[in-house]
Amino acid sequence: MTSLLTAPARPAGAEAGAAAPASAARRVLRRLRARKAALAAAAVLALLVLLALAAPLLAALEGQDPTTYHDGLVDSARGGVPVGPFGGIDAEHWLGVEPGTGRDLFVRLLYGARVSLAVAAGATLVQVVVGVAVGLAAALGNRLADSVLSHLTDVMVALPLLVFAIAVTAVAPADLPRPLLLVVVIGLIAWGAMARLVRAQALSLLKLDYVSAARLTGASTWRIARRELLPGLAAPVITYAAVMLPQNMLNEASMSFLGVGIKPPTPSWGQMLSSATTWFRADPLYVVLPALMLFVTTFAFTVLGDTVRAALDPREESRLRVGRERRKGGSS
Amino acid sequence: MIPYVARRLLGVVAVLLVLSVVVYATFYLAPGDPARLACGPKCDPEQVRQVRAQLGLDEPVYVQYWHFLTGVVTGHDYSTGTGVRHCDAPCLGLSFQNDQSVTGLIAQRLPATASLAAGAMVLWLVIGIGSGLLSVLRRGGATERVLTWITLAGTATPVFISGIGLLMLFCAYLEWLPFPTYVPLTDDPEQWAWNLLLPCLALALLESAKYARLTRSSLLETLAEDHVRTFRAYGVGERAIVGRHALRGALAPVIALTAADFGSMFGNAMLTETMFGLPGVGQLLVHATQTIDLPVVVGLVMVTGAAVAIANIVADVLYAVADRRVALR
Repeated sequence: MTSLLTAPARPAGAEAGAAAPASAARRVLRRLRARKAALAAAAVLALLVLLALAAPLLAALEGQDPTTYHDGLVDSARGGVPVGPFGGIDAEHWLGVEPGTGRDLFVRLLYGARVSLAVAAGATLVQVVVGVAVGLAAALGNRLADSVLSHLTDVMVALPLLVFAIAVTAVAPADLPRPLLLVVVIGLIAWGAMARLVRAQALSLLKLDYVSAARLTGASTWRIARRELLPGLAAPVITYAAVMLPQNMLNEASMSFLGVGIKPPTPSWGQMLSSATTWFRADPLYVVLPALMLFVTTFAFTVLGDTVRAALDPREESRLRVGRERRKGGSS
Repeated sequence: MIPYVARRLLGVVAVLLVLSVVVYATFYLAPGDPARLACGPKCDPEQVRQVRAQLGLDEPVYVQYWHFLTGVVTGHDYSTGTGVRHCDAPCLGLSFQNDQSVTGLIAQRLPATASLAAGAMVLWLVIGIGSGLLSVLRRGGATERVLTWITLAGTATPVFISGIGLLMLFCAYLEWLPFPTYVPLTDDPEQWAWNLLLPCLALALLESAKYARLTRSSLLETLAEDHVRTFRAYGVGERAIVGRHALRGALAPVIALTAADFGSMFGNAMLTETMFGLPGVGQLLVHATQTIDLPVVVGLVMVTGAAVAIANIVADVLYAVADRRVALR
């Protein structure tokens, strides 16, 4: 199998001095610059992260907080629909208020972004750590260790994440902060695919000359893992993490939507959507806003992850070639 | 093939045994008093003591686990304080909150989930493989670009967003469809199909995006192979090459995805059920989690685990049928 990390084994060329990860990173950057959509996605995400970080500042600027009820702003005679047009948008509540409670939507959406990003990033980090550890151990260990870990990985890959994650929340200690609980639960269940990738990559790296050379100099297994394999694994691991991040975000939103994720009063997009399902006739904006936030965020991450993946996937070249040949050949 | 399937089924039993140990340990050794949890928040200490005795929680853990295992095979008798409740095999335990066997509860909910999953599967295979095929036939053109973007957006749209969008469009604005309520197939097939249309579509949209992308990339890979170039050299038309020769080989990864994805499909079905209020297995799990009905949670985890494992065997067999180069060993 041709690995995308064979760069060091290639005959000396223009990039002979560059290490594998550097050249992969350069390829990714080139591809990112070439695709306007990926740039736009990166810009959207940067903006979102900024907004999430600045949530307390922006809340202060608007003069609202995420948990105060405003009974006067909802029409209790009409079942709690916000007073005023478009879900109660005015100078004090920039995106209107939540039906039923009158809590400020703008601030709740911003704080929801913090939860969403933090849980997704945290869960991805846990998956990367566990996945790399298990994958490396399987690749470097003896046959028994490899067999046990590979079987475990297979089982973890097939596990229905949502079912297990929900089940675990049933027995989780109640005093554990929910975002932390979700990070741990999602992270510790969904690392199988990462471990599989790391094992396969590590096995192909182990066949390369420079690793054999390191072995001949008497380097320990630990040293080989740390100094020879990890740098080469960085590119595929980061790529795959970029693909997993939006999935983790959706996992958190799904669990919150089902009422077993982030608990009120902490705002979360999934939880907002779940309460919005009963309001979509009376106050459509309340549905549209969290749905839009969640969709735009996961879509931007997906576009970005897809671009990075395509840039690092050697098979993508052949696919592009087929596409170009066809275009040149005209209609048949 | 039969020895192969038999060996794989034995493997499933082994995996399920390991899973049951892990699940049992997690759920019954977890911090907190399981009897108190299983009994529910309204129980007084006397009732908690009764439940503890009924659950057999005053016995050592390995005895409890053994009762659980034998219950699956032979059934189990639970004393309810005044009398004895028999739980038929396969007994996955007794839900004390519902006073019903877990097996019975799951069996009640299964038809709704199965209807949803089957209907959605037909839709997403047709939509997914169809649009993947279309984007390959029209590659290099605007159709391909549009389809690529739509499917990419599709993979980023959770079922509760597409579901609520469909509801708003078809039930609130166009008023073409009633708000879905579940009607069992045996009661009224027409109403059954009509009411399931929106939930199935919502679930299918997300899944078909994945399948469209995979069909496309897998087809393009097959088209780059040498035997396809030979076909071209012989002057075989593009449609015949793609539809007749490349598709068969390209479908093997699609089948593999169906299995690998069975678990996440289950999760999405659960979301769809909650979204549309379908009385399915997913709703049962969410409810059991919220009320901390541990026997139901454990039973459902075991049943889903078994379903996923069996789906993987089915997929491996189908994979070998689709791609002759794969031998079952």
